[in-house]
Amino acid sequence: MGVLTRRAWAVTGVLALSFGVAACGSDSEGSGGTIELKIAANAISGGKNAEEADWIENWVIPHFEEAEADRGVDVKVTFEPSGVDDEQFKSRLALDLQSGSGPDIMSLDGIWLGEFAEAGYIKPLSETSPDFESWDGWDQIPEAVQQLAAFDGDLYGIPWGTDGRVLFYNKNLFEQAGLPTDWQPTSWQDILDAGEALGSLDGVTPIQLNAGTAMGEATTMQGILPLLAGTGEEISSDGSWTGASDGMEQALGLYEDIYGGGLGDPQLQQETQGRDKSFQEFAENKIGILAEGDYFWRSVVNPDNGVAPMEDRDEAVGYALIPAAQPGQGVNGQDFVSMSGGSVRTLNAASDHLDLAWDLLTFMNSAEAVTASVADTPKITARTDVNEQVLADDPMLTFINEQVLPITIFRPADSLYPQVSTLLQEATAAVVDGDSPSQAAEDYQDGLEEVVGGADHVTS
Amino acid sequence: MPTTSPPDAGLAPRGAGGQAGAAPRPARDRDAAGLGRPRAAAFVTPALLLIAAFLVFPALWTIYLGLTDYRLTGLAAADPQMVGLDNFTDALKDDSFSHSLGLTLQFVVGSAVIGQAGLGFLIAWVMRNRRGALRRLVEALVLTAWILPSSVIAFLWIALLDRDDGTLNAALHTPGTAWLLEHPMLSIIVFNIWRGTAFSMMLYAAALGNVPPSHLETARLAGASGWQQLRDVVFPRIRGHILTNLLLISLWTFNDFTPFLLTSGGPEDKTEVMPVFIYKLALSNGELGFGAAISVLMLLINLVIAVVYMTLLRRRKEDAPA
Repeated sequence: MGVLTRRAWAVTGVLALSFGVAACGSDSEGSGGTIELKIAANAISGGKNAEEADWIENWVIPHFEEAEADRGVDVKVTFEPSGVDDEQFKSRLALDLQSGSGPDIMSLDGIWLGEFAEAGYIKPLSETSPDFESWDGWDQIPEAVQQLAAFDGDLYGIPWGTDGRVLFYNKNLFEQAGLPTDWQPTSWQDILDAGEALGSLDGVTPIQLNAGTAMGEATTMQGILPLLAGTGEEISSDGSWTGASDGMEQALGLYEDIYGGGLGDPQLQQETQGRDKSFQEFAENKIGILAEGDYFWRSVVNPDNGVAPMEDRDEAVGYALIPAAQPGQGVNGQDFVSMSGGSVRTLNAASDHLDLAWDLLTFMNSAEAVTASVADTPKITARTDVNEQVLADDPMLTFINEQVLPITIFRPADSLYPQVSTLLQEATAAVVDGDSPSQAAEDYQDGLEEVVGGADHVTS
Repeated sequence: MPTTSPPDAGLAPRGAGGQAGAAPRPARDRDAAGLGRPRAAAFVTPALLLIAAFLVFPALWTIYLGLTDYRLTGLAAADPQMVGLDNFTDALKDDSFSHSLGLTLQFVVGSAVIGQAGLGFLIAWVMRNRRGALRRLVEALVLTAWILPSSVIAFLWIALLDRDDGTLNAALHTPGTAWLLEHPMLSIIVFNIWRGTAFSMMLYAAALGNVPPSHLETARLAGASGWQQLRDVVFPRIRGHILTNLLLISLWTFNDFTPFLLTSGGPEDKTEVMPVFIYKLALSNGELGFGAAISVLMLLINLVIAVVYMTLLRRRKEDAPA
């Protein structure tokens, strides 16, 4: 008995002690009044968006901590890296935020704003940072780009930049197939014709047009939406969603032409790592034409820090505007179309140090910081002053800035969009799997009516 | 995967000794430890509190969530509404739910009931009289598959089945066969057989040790064939082990998430077994309420499986010779 009791006391003691230790560990204010801030982004050194991760770790954190120390504020900033699919990153963030924790500053895809705002995870800047309008950076960010960070008329953060979608093509393969190396298709038929020519090469997949749910938003953004725009329709207009319309069937029809006609690799669309694999195959001269955003140029085939680097990128990789189905058939009567998105840095509404987090956020978006972030790898930032300096050296990004951005369209800032996007991905998957475009469009419309709350909200 | 030993129910009672345990004890045995009611209560309270906090409460909470339209993001995350039994009726009408249930049954029957139990018994039977290096080697190999971490295993299998540089394609001279895409269910079933056979093998090996060699000897002398010996001597002896084993591996396999590491439920939804289906619904699509409702349905299915096996076990006990 005596032994038992003593043991019971010991166990109780250890338990109490460990609860006590755990309680100490969850305090965000470290010893000696140090304030801790955390930044999260889907970027990781040596992997996805490596340049952003390196910039945060090697530039932002030391410079900000130093500047705050000079003001007498003791801050410790940590970076929480990720290198996963965007959808997984979003789930993880949402789970963290739901439990009332999560990073103080986070990068969100612009289309997630609505969902996160409605859930109360992020709040308008006017609530979290009452004097946000006095930040001098707003003058440098064009109105259209600011809209990336807006939902229901309120700004929720600072946009980081924007991008554009084009057709990348492998000039080595084009030369072998007897195609011009300064290629610019003017209709979908031109793309299919080039695909036929590339098909004569051994071991080459002519066209990679993202499809299926495994590719996630990359299917919607680089696949079905630019095609839909090429038929003169948008996914949502005047508060109504596009269902099984003529344009939708026509866009899905191009998927049938490519994947049913042996011009694409259907299995690559289903593989879990299909998108990464398509990058790898393009870099190994196994894919002829690939629709992607300028991310592909900056972070994938970039010989310095890309995930599938190509030593001869500047000579071997060509880029062309995405044509409308027929000249003049695109949205607004355009000959060429594109889609744009962009990420936004926002504050966690549950952060304990909103003031300091806003300081850090503006610091990260200062001209100096933004310039440092694009020092090695130019990209289109939100700031006009920085763009003027950094884009000039890179012909590809100049092309995006001057030729693509004027004709591009954005996805709707609607909290239902991500669910509609999944339905679109499923429709493309069905066509790649052998369904007829009209059947896939019909199934899509059924799902759409369920998601958006009835046929009244759908145009077809 | 749990590593608990099988409960007593599986150990075949020898004669009447096993039965006595179930009979009511005499009064003087009721307080064997001499603690008294209050002290005994004090001892079990912490355990009961832990069970309440980590088992009962989450289960009730899941049922509650299943009655709401709670979502991971959006308006319903901030202010979930009660929707009654809508989630449950929607789930039962939903094609993807029945699709997923069908896949799960294929997975359980194919990989656990037929695959693991069958292969595990075969190995145990073949190895029953062997000693020495060969037996140790076989057991070590089978056990290795069981004890390695799932993430490591998944990586190895992806490399094995890869379309371009996969080991299997190299071995079979079938370049370009995407096993995980062309035969997705078969792939994860074979994977799970390989992964989980060890448990059945060990359990059957122990059970076969319980079959008295003299009985087998007698049967052989009476001219029984190998199959007749199995049917009439071995199986009746180890029937309890078989049922316990099937119960455990069916439940584990039903709730197994590891296929996700190989296929993520794909291509499209062709390997979306129930746990993967719920994961995708609740976390990828953010439909926490609907996902919770399906979790409850899954719990009920688990209960049905357990009850079926338990009934069989009880009947065996009643049938057992006194």
